[in-house]
Amino acid sequence: MPDKPAAVLEVNGLKKYFPVRRGLLRRTVGHVHAVDDVSFTIGPAETVGLVGESGCGKTTVGRTVLRLIEPTAGSIRLEGHEISALSKAELRPLRQRMQIIFQDPFSSLNPRMRVGDIVAEPLKLHGDGGKRARRERVAELFERVGLRRAQMDNYPHQFSGGQRQRIGVARALALNPRLIVGDEPVSALDVSIQAQVINLLRDLQRDLKLSYLFISHNLAVVEHISHRIAVMYLGRIVEYTDKTTLFARPLHPYTEALLAAVPIPNPAVKRARRVVQGDVPSPLRPPPGCHFHTRCPYAEARCRSEIPLLREVQPGHQVACHLR
Amino acid sequence: MKACLPPSPDKTAPAQTVSDRVLEVEELRTYFYTRGGLMKAVDGVSFALKRGETLAIVGESGCGKSVTALSILRLVADPPGRIVGGSARLDGVDLIELDAAAMRAIRGNRISMIFQEPMTSLNPVMTIGRQISEALILHQALSRTAAMRRATEMLQLVGIPEPQQRIREYPHQLSGGMRQRAMIAMAVACNPEVLIADEPTSALDVTIQAQILDLIGRLQKELGTAVILITHDLGVVAETAERVIVMYAGRKVEEAPVAALFASPLHPYTRGLLNSIPRLPSIERRSDGPPVQRLQEIPGIVPALSNLPPGCSFAPRCAFASDVCRQAYPRYEEKQGGHWAACWHSDKLAGAANA
Repeated sequence: MPDKPAAVLEVNGLKKYFPVRRGLLRRTVGHVHAVDDVSFTIGPAETVGLVGESGCGKTTVGRTVLRLIEPTAGSIRLEGHEISALSKAELRPLRQRMQIIFQDPFSSLNPRMRVGDIVAEPLKLHGDGGKRARRERVAELFERVGLRRAQMDNYPHQFSGGQRQRIGVARALALNPRLIVGDEPVSALDVSIQAQVINLLRDLQRDLKLSYLFISHNLAVVEHISHRIAVMYLGRIVEYTDKTTLFARPLHPYTEALLAAVPIPNPAVKRARRVVQGDVPSPLRPPPGCHFHTRCPYAEARCRSEIPLLREVQPGHQVACHLR
Repeated sequence: MKACLPPSPDKTAPAQTVSDRVLEVEELRTYFYTRGGLMKAVDGVSFALKRGETLAIVGESGCGKSVTALSILRLVADPPGRIVGGSARLDGVDLIELDAAAMRAIRGNRISMIFQEPMTSLNPVMTIGRQISEALILHQALSRTAAMRRATEMLQLVGIPEPQQRIREYPHQLSGGMRQRAMIAMAVACNPEVLIADEPTSALDVTIQAQILDLIGRLQKELGTAVILITHDLGVVAETAERVIVMYAGRKVEEAPVAALFASPLHPYTRGLLNSIPRLPSIERRSDGPPVQRLQEIPGIVPALSNLPPGCSFAPRCAFASDVCRQAYPRYEEKQGGHWAACWHSDKLAGAANA
């Protein structure tokens, strides 16, 4: 047995606070704790799913990990290198190792560039070989993601949403990354096209041993593609475990509420639906104690004052709840 | 032309005639005349909506589900769109034939619609109360004070806390879920017979979506409104609808009671959709076999409406397609009791297990 392989990504105590400015002088009047002490690891060829509702901070986690947004505090280790404090120049060679796929395939491709050039852009920036070599590499990538070589000279508007997302995937693959952050990569696609892209991502993981941080609000998609799943609520991870456990034995009341709310495409399944009441509170003024206590059916006095820490209640199953 | 529907009530009959069908759409055709060519966005769609029922229309972007709804309400922008044929009868009165003034008296009163994005459908510079009372003043001739009082009741009905205060607020002061509730309050203020909900929860978070779907269901029971639910989410369909229409490239390809459609789809497109969505096995309690490793894809892409293939529009993507499919559009017919489909090979699907 070889040693346990080193993690591709290790995130520890990650925080991102955005200042809130008001008034004529744009004085800082407070901070939004978009990401508040988040820790997780992603192993080789592993997919970690990040789920939660809008404003929970999942997108900010993805972008901060890539240093597209500067973290306020915490450590980010990519293949063992601490990258949270690196300068732009120091970070540059490591950028090749981590890439991102965006949600909207319509706004993430430059409409005035040929798609072959879009995919070649990262190769050019990182100075890999000459023009001919680059073109050959792009052609390879096109075939890899299920597009034809002949389509390299077309413009983005000539492609459907699913094909554009494939172009986005090809661009992300260009520099042979180890880690790809997918920020809702299939959410804008039609159902019949979604399956094509999900299957493509899984095939690529199998063949290229890629690690994914897969951010989505769609629990069924996350369940399908992930190995482990972290559930976020208002900037914090509230539950983190392997997907089988999460769906079979969710421990956090918020996870329970999410699972109960997902509409199941099977009229034969009759569930006693318990709809969790209330809105997600504003991240500007999150409730004290456990952020979920305002909507939690089990909340007690202590939940309203004490922040529950994420702790391992069973091997590999972490929950942030006083009551579990 | 009426192949798909039993005889409709006599057009000259008074509107009060008790029929169990509140809305009957027949051979509706809405075309768009664009620089890219003629787009048959809705091409001969017929269906009937029973009083108090929930009918779902599902399909992917560009299938014509929203244009069908907009056509019924006569809200298709002309140009480029035009309703070129068919009828949509509300209690026997053909809406397509009505003049603008008569249509205005119906819209928001007897048929109303809620849209996907509440922020773009609410007027940002009018208070919630004024927007709700507008319809009441116009359609029910209420005084301003009475309309405001009724608007407050409506907000209460849709579960908005502190309605007296909310009534004076503007849309941006409400959360997404609350805005959608306000829009529903506006839509049901005049107690319409038909409510068309176009992707009412697609922009909302899943816990809020559950709240809004519950709300629509509760109002429907309390007010007896018939609901047309337009969505791409098969989960939402399974949990809320009684009957389902599946559309593809401007036409209806299948229609069935919800249980029959999910248990044994008779159109390959419907079957493809059902097989291509990821499931939650632990919640569905499906113990049949190992977890799905690979989703079944529908190959290819939705064809452009301006350039549909001859024959069946789905044939180029269909595993069952044969020569006849590529030549002639299949007849839309009743394959089993209450279960209609437009496919040459439905019998093969009915036999094959729905993996």
